[in-house]
Amino acid sequence: MASKLTRSNGVGWAFAIPAFFLLVVFIILPFFFAFWFSLTNQRLISPNPTEFVGLQNYENLLGVAVITLEPERDADNQIVHDSEGNIAYPRVRTITRSPDFPHYKGMREWFRWQSGDNAKVVVAKDVVFMKALANTMLFVLIIVPLQGGGALGLALLINQKLRGINAFRTIYFMPVVISIVVISLLWRFIYDGDDGLLNNIVSALTLGAFKPIDWLGNKDTALGSIIVMSAWQAMGFHMVIWLSGLQTIPGTLYEVAAIEGSSRWQTFRYVTWPGLRNTAVLVLIVITMQAFALFSQIDVMTKGGPLDSTQTLVFQAVQRGYGKQDISGGSVISVILFFIVLSISLVQRYLTREKR
Amino acid sequence: MALVSEQNRGLRLLSRYLVLALVALVFLFPLVFMVVSSFKPDSQLLADTSSFRAFLPVGDISLDNYVAAFKRAPIGQFMLNSIGVTVITVIVSIAICSVAAFSFVFLNWTGRNILLSVILATLIIPFETIAVPLLLIVSRLPWVGMEGIEWGWLNTYRVQIIPWIVDALTIFLFVQYFKDLPRELIEAARVEGASWMSIYRRVVMPLSGPVLATAAILKSLKMYNEQYLWPLIVVQDEAHRPIMVGLGYFFQLDVAWGELMAYLTLISVPVLAFYLLMQRAFIASIASTGVKG
Amino acid sequence: MKLRKTSVAVLFVTTLLSGTAFAQTNLSLWYHGAGNEVESKIINQIVSDFNASQSDWNVVLESFPQTSYNDSVVAAALANNLPDIIDVDGPIMPNWAWSGYMQPLQIDEAKIGKFLPGTKGIWDGKLYSIGLWDAAIALYARKSDLEELGLRTPTLDKPWTKDEFMGALEKAKASGKYKYALDLGMNDQGEWYPYAYSPFLQSFGGDIIDRSGYKTAEGALNGEAALAFGEWWQSLFANGYAPGTSESPADQQNGFIDGSFAFQWNGNWRAVATMAEVDDVVFLPAPDFGNGPTIGAGSWQFGVAATSKHPDGASAFIEFALQDKYLAAFSDGIGLIPSTAAAAQMTKNYKDGGSLAVFYGLSNAQAKIRPVTPGYVVQSKVFTKAMADIANGADVADTLDAAVDEINADIEKNSGYGH
Repeated sequence: MASKLTRSNGVGWAFAIPAFFLLVVFIILPFFFAFWFSLTNQRLISPNPTEFVGLQNYENLLGVAVITLEPERDADNQIVHDSEGNIAYPRVRTITRSPDFPHYKGMREWFRWQSGDNAKVVVAKDVVFMKALANTMLFVLIIVPLQGGGALGLALLINQKLRGINAFRTIYFMPVVISIVVISLLWRFIYDGDDGLLNNIVSALTLGAFKPIDWLGNKDTALGSIIVMSAWQAMGFHMVIWLSGLQTIPGTLYEVAAIEGSSRWQTFRYVTWPGLRNTAVLVLIVITMQAFALFSQIDVMTKGGPLDSTQTLVFQAVQRGYGKQDISGGSVISVILFFIVLSISLVQRYLTREKR
Repeated sequence: MALVSEQNRGLRLLSRYLVLALVALVFLFPLVFMVVSSFKPDSQLLADTSSFRAFLPVGDISLDNYVAAFKRAPIGQFMLNSIGVTVITVIVSIAICSVAAFSFVFLNWTGRNILLSVILATLIIPFETIAVPLLLIVSRLPWVGMEGIEWGWLNTYRVQIIPWIVDALTIFLFVQYFKDLPRELIEAARVEGASWMSIYRRVVMPLSGPVLATAAILKSLKMYNEQYLWPLIVVQDEAHRPIMVGLGYFFQLDVAWGELMAYLTLISVPVLAFYLLMQRAFIASIASTGVKG
Repeated sequence: MKLRKTSVAVLFVTTLLSGTAFAQTNLSLWYHGAGNEVESKIINQIVSDFNASQSDWNVVLESFPQTSYNDSVVAAALANNLPDIIDVDGPIMPNWAWSGYMQPLQIDEAKIGKFLPGTKGIWDGKLYSIGLWDAAIALYARKSDLEELGLRTPTLDKPWTKDEFMGALEKAKASGKYKYALDLGMNDQGEWYPYAYSPFLQSFGGDIIDRSGYKTAEGALNGEAALAFGEWWQSLFANGYAPGTSESPADQQNGFIDGSFAFQWNGNWRAVATMAEVDDVVFLPAPDFGNGPTIGAGSWQFGVAATSKHPDGASAFIEFALQDKYLAAFSDGIGLIPSTAAAAQMTKNYKDGGSLAVFYGLSNAQAKIRPVTPGYVVQSKVFTKAMADIANGADVADTLDAAVDEINADIEKNSGYGH
């Protein structure tokens, strides 16, 4: 009955077409160009003609193999140990750069593990890409609960009737309105290894017991530092979204819980959390999308270093496409990123579908 | 007894404020550092980062950095460009995206679901990854001006505005919001013979205050704060440059830190002022879209 | 409807801003000096002098921030929107010339006969760009420190050997007076890396690429000499002689001046400011690591875009700008090395006995330009990453191998870059 009333092909299309047209010209069409570039050897600027190369760019990016290294043995067939007592293996470069193993040519060690006396080495054609992929995934996996959870904590904190609570809400929201580029520049001072504000504050608080850390210069802390800063910046935004969810939960439910003598945790678990389901979905999706696009923080703060510990997919796509004038190489990463995020959002949609 | 509980309540209140204030410090300290530093000469600014003086307006405090920053770059021009581009984009964007969302939610037409899915899929294309193809496209687009047809959009305001008008997130926000509006209202209006345009304007828009504010704010933050790579490649003349590209003026062989801080403070002022002004509507509005989902 | 109104308004503003009409033919000029007051003033002076000096051409200047200048030019090239005259960083020029975005200059070779070699941008046997100045690097030190540490003062004729240099670092470190013995400026991960550090590699006997044909980096960047260089490079950081990639820009700016570093590897553009703060600063030549001491050469230069319809006018402007007085003005303004000896005599710092005259000698004696190949744009980035990774502790041989592979793959992808 409703469908008849609202059925209107002409008006429907007429209303949607301006938006769709702009989207096609300025997003979809360029994306198809990028997809096409990924199948060619297109350069950013070059006098050479562009050639179709099929999936070769994808192979160059995704090629992975496992090499088994046997320990070095001395004349008596005894395993050689290095000065630290570890088993000595031949260098991977003796294989990847040997004409005897042409199928490993141009590959490089990504990581290895021990298997009996042998070492299994995973070599990849594009180790930097692999690391960027792993870092991006790690970034998403950590920042989603951190930022989402932190924001929920803030929302619970701010969701109390106190005089002046608005002022606090404003303050928590402030980093959201400032450009991430500006924020990244400021945090470089905070994370500095020598005179950084963070080191100075922590060492003052611990009365000097704390040993300064070179937050962005150490491969074990760099990505974590960027995660914390990113979460800090956007937390206020998601706090507000959670807050709205909280305010839709009927007060009577809390009264019932209080009468039944449930603890604070029980109240949260059985009253608050179920009421936040829709909000949680929204927060999850928005954070995930933003996290995959991680670029500015890396560009301003670490340029992917140290030792590739902060490489990300979008940063690599930009670096190759512009910096190294390799538009096809950059486009391959863009296309792969698109399909990764597409499949993840389909899974998310499936998991969070409304069960009726 | 009563006295004790009174005291308890006071203590509890105090501890609550203490927690709130500590968290506030965490969110404020980088911004305080930025503003305070903008008043200090470079040498002192850098030396102060090793102590809590970094957060205090002490020592050699002056407006010198601001004076120098204005001399270094046409800051007024940059801010006008950014604000102008932002305002126009936001207004047009909201008009076009909300009409489209209206059509997706309330009208029943062939191809609707596919079109919406395609639009939502574009949510996951980071701009950086399509910038070069987009540059190739806009550099060859036609424009009808006062002197007839001209080709290429470089070095204009329109190239900073038109590609950014429609984005999936804005449409998505409107769609989610419209879904929860009572359909009976629309059907009733339809029965009374109202045109779709007048239903959009007279029935739906008056109910959409919160989502309008949310979309406007999200979009303005994006347009004002994040326009760097795009203007860098499509705008070559200084007259059309936005604030983020202006940052480059302060990164000479020696970075002029004090002036940079002054510039950062200056460009943050309009957004902060806008935010403080809108605070109530702002938070209330973002909040109300969160309910949907 | 709303859309149309706003766009008309926007268009109106645009036309107002861009409306120009002159009798002379306009020539557009792009320059990387936005935000640099001194530099802008000199270039503006040259432009207005030129415009006043003749009636055919009117040069119109557009300034860009240096940090994003190359991106702007490449984008404009893609969009077919280049100006007549462009300003180009020396080692980048072959890339733009090869890509067909620049055309050879129409300037008489005799006019630039006396220019420093590093200021001439030659690709494929033709002059594409010419610089008003060159830059040079020296090891900054304090005379008093040298005496205190008991170090011989190296000269152009007798520079420090590797052992002497390492001995100096060790003594400085052992003295406990400094935060670090040597500052290399590792925080600036851009063109600074190949410009400042690849000469060390060359002095060891390696190079970024095999310059005999520019077809491969194999052997040059991962041969014995390069491996020795890499190990040495890593030791600078592993042994705590120099701060690594995470050094704050602020330290780099002030560290030598406030005495945190005993030595600083820095360009002549910082010399004037440093002299103002440190009375007894001396500028020492690069050490000799076995294959002769080397520093980088080649700085910003002027060229003409291929799309320019008035290459004669563009070349006329460049020729006009090559006058000794302008060379001297840039030198006095921003401390750069003037391209000719005659102009050097007109400057306060580079004339005989001038405080920076030593740099003119350095530039003449030690300077070597970076690889002249279109692929340099990529090679410089690969080299930069390799240097940063090795400094951060990556395996030297593996890192250099990876760099070689990437450079060679790129050369192959570009069908040899026209060599």
